[in-house]
Amino acid sequence: MGNPRLSLVRCRTPGMLAMFGMLLAAAALSAACGKAKEGEAKASTAPAGPGGPGGPGGNDKPVVVGFIYVGPKGDYGYNQAHAEGAAAVAKLPGIKILEEENVAETVAVQKTMESMASLDGATLIFPTSFGYFDPHILKMADKFKGVTFLHCGGLYQDGKHPGNVGSYFGYIDEAQYVAGVVAGLTSKSKKLGFIAAKPIPQVLRNINAFTLGARSVVPEATTAVVFTGDWSLPVKEAEAANSLIDQGIDVITMHVDSPKVIVETAERRGIYSSGYHANQSTLAPRGYLTGAEWNWAKVYTEYVAWVRAGKSFPHLLRGGLKDGFVRLSPYGAAVPDAAKRKADEAKAKLIDGSLVIYKGPLKDNAGAVVIADGTSRAQTDIELEKMNYLVEGVVGKLP
Amino acid sequence: MTEPGTAHGEARRSAALVEAVVLPAAAIGASLVLFGVFVALAGADPFATYRQMVRGAFGTWFSLQSSLQRAAPLMLTALCTAIPARLGLIVIGGEGALVLGGLAAAIAAVAIGAAPPIVVTLGMALAAVVVGGLWIGVCAGLRVLRGVNETISSLLLTYIAIGIFNHLVEGPLRDPASLNKPSTAPIGDANALGHLPGMDVHWGLVFGVVACIASWVLVGRTTYGFAARIVGGNVRAALLAGLPVRRLVVAAGFLGGGCAGLAGMAEVAAVHGTANASLVAGYGYSGILVAFLARHHPLAIMPVALLLGGVAASGGLLQRSVGLPDAAVNVLQGILFVVILASETLRGRLAGRRLGWLRATAVAEPAPVKEVG
Repeated sequence: MGNPRLSLVRCRTPGMLAMFGMLLAAAALSAACGKAKEGEAKASTAPAGPGGPGGPGGNDKPVVVGFIYVGPKGDYGYNQAHAEGAAAVAKLPGIKILEEENVAETVAVQKTMESMASLDGATLIFPTSFGYFDPHILKMADKFKGVTFLHCGGLYQDGKHPGNVGSYFGYIDEAQYVAGVVAGLTSKSKKLGFIAAKPIPQVLRNINAFTLGARSVVPEATTAVVFTGDWSLPVKEAEAANSLIDQGIDVITMHVDSPKVIVETAERRGIYSSGYHANQSTLAPRGYLTGAEWNWAKVYTEYVAWVRAGKSFPHLLRGGLKDGFVRLSPYGAAVPDAAKRKADEAKAKLIDGSLVIYKGPLKDNAGAVVIADGTSRAQTDIELEKMNYLVEGVVGKLP
Repeated sequence: MTEPGTAHGEARRSAALVEAVVLPAAAIGASLVLFGVFVALAGADPFATYRQMVRGAFGTWFSLQSSLQRAAPLMLTALCTAIPARLGLIVIGGEGALVLGGLAAAIAAVAIGAAPPIVVTLGMALAAVVVGGLWIGVCAGLRVLRGVNETISSLLLTYIAIGIFNHLVEGPLRDPASLNKPSTAPIGDANALGHLPGMDVHWGLVFGVVACIASWVLVGRTTYGFAARIVGGNVRAALLAGLPVRRLVVAAGFLGGGCAGLAGMAEVAAVHGTANASLVAGYGYSGILVAFLARHHPLAIMPVALLLGGVAASGGLLQRSVGLPDAAVNVLQGILFVVILASETLRGRLAGRRLGWLRATAVAEPAPVKEVG
């Protein structure tokens, strides 16, 4: 039955290790408990003490504003765009911000909101993921009447939803249209690629606007689209990017939570990329053309000012290029001057309202007319919220 | 040996019991110490971190409820791994059973929505248990009939389950009113699963606790459980004894999957009110961790689920108060998992050291008999 000495050694060492572990654990626990009381006292005096320089209205307590993200806030994408907005709010005097990342659209986000409101005294909370709204924000808004909840997604309905809730969104397809102009005029193959998460109206608007922008300057341009099926699937996104590049596209853009992998893949394969959500130019110094970015700093600082002044705030707030809700990344080195000129033109026309993206006659990519001749659908048109087609020039179909 | 056999058993059993408590506790303690080192290296104060963890997980009535709430689905998904584990199967596909169970519950609610709420709730639970059960039952069946490794098949079937789920929710079962967040038709407020009286915790917690206790009774106190443990101890012995091994294994898969399906039903009925992509939240994967940490013991699953629920609940406070990244919680979970699994190698040796003379007799005993004690 084996070597007795060996078994002795094997018996002793782990046993001692375990004892050692227990001792350490006991020591750590007692130390933690000892410190706990002292810390509790400190924590409770902290907010009242330093106070800050004093906000408007002579209130010396900082206003606590919470931000909740569904993914990591350094994702070069959706969450980073919101975190940049939060950083702008943090710079305002008399404001204290709280941030929590990777909060799932489950009970977890309800508990985070509750904890921010009841433990940290937040009076304004920005739960930034689209999926937080129903039922999570609605439940918490009923429970905490004194807290204002502002949600990204534009889902507020008057009369149906509580008064301490607001929802905002931007017409980012305007920026995608301009990015399409840049892509069309920079591309050599006239074949563009688009990697999309889910075939929902907001995503389809971006695919269609990007394609319409490109075809407004290069009528033969096409956009090949791949749907990955979910918001954050880096492996699938990289595979899709590679397969699109193999098919001959030379500009790629996307609508996924984090464009990082796609932009990096494009740069490595030597094609151009056009970003989304935030600025990804540092990931692709050679091939990054421009990108459709959110400018939440503007929206958030405005909201904070309204709520602090005790004024009523718009429950449903939407805006595009003109309102500064969305913007374009600075043009990259690879963008030809002609493309810059045309893009600036399109941007100016979108801002002054003389250019409408969705205007008849508009056909889908199966040849059916989706917007009749003479009909013009402005950004605010509610019909656009139900978009369920890919326009002519998009290669691919809805899954 | 001069000692009578029963005394051996007594001593061994009590030693094993002490070990069952001391070993995990020591492992958790050691994990916390390691985590403290990590926190210090990350530039934060480890003691402030411990303090915030206690405050965020169990320190207040609010945080305790938060931990309980987060523990509820983990208890059920842990059973999906723990029950088949008693028969020697390693099932890691609880996530798939959860999402399809949740979907089945949402479909059932729409189908019988006009019935009284209690009937709808029962119908939803039944649909979820059956669908979740069949999903893992298939894995178990493939194992006993075709020799397909159940670990791999259950994992791969999870991807298929999520694919089917997304297809149905975004396609045929989509509520036309859900534009940018495809969801099934709402189950209706009347059919929602409410909170426990006086608490901010939904009924899913009761499902979890009842399922854990029922599983314990099943595994430890019934002939099915007795037979199941023999299969887990030695399949050949079980076959020789004439036990219906195939049926036992498939039944265990069905029960485990049914529990995970029920977790999906609770999420749909108590939290979301509909089935949509938010249901795919990783509870199935966290459940595997819980089951292994609890050594597949149904009663141990409850405190372990509460512990991990507490870790998750304190995660927010760590981010906000101590300034640690969210990944810190994942690091703690990882450390816990590795240290507790490593501590398993000490099992039998802590007692063995003091009662070393017992080990010779222990080895001489046939395996199944040893299991029954």
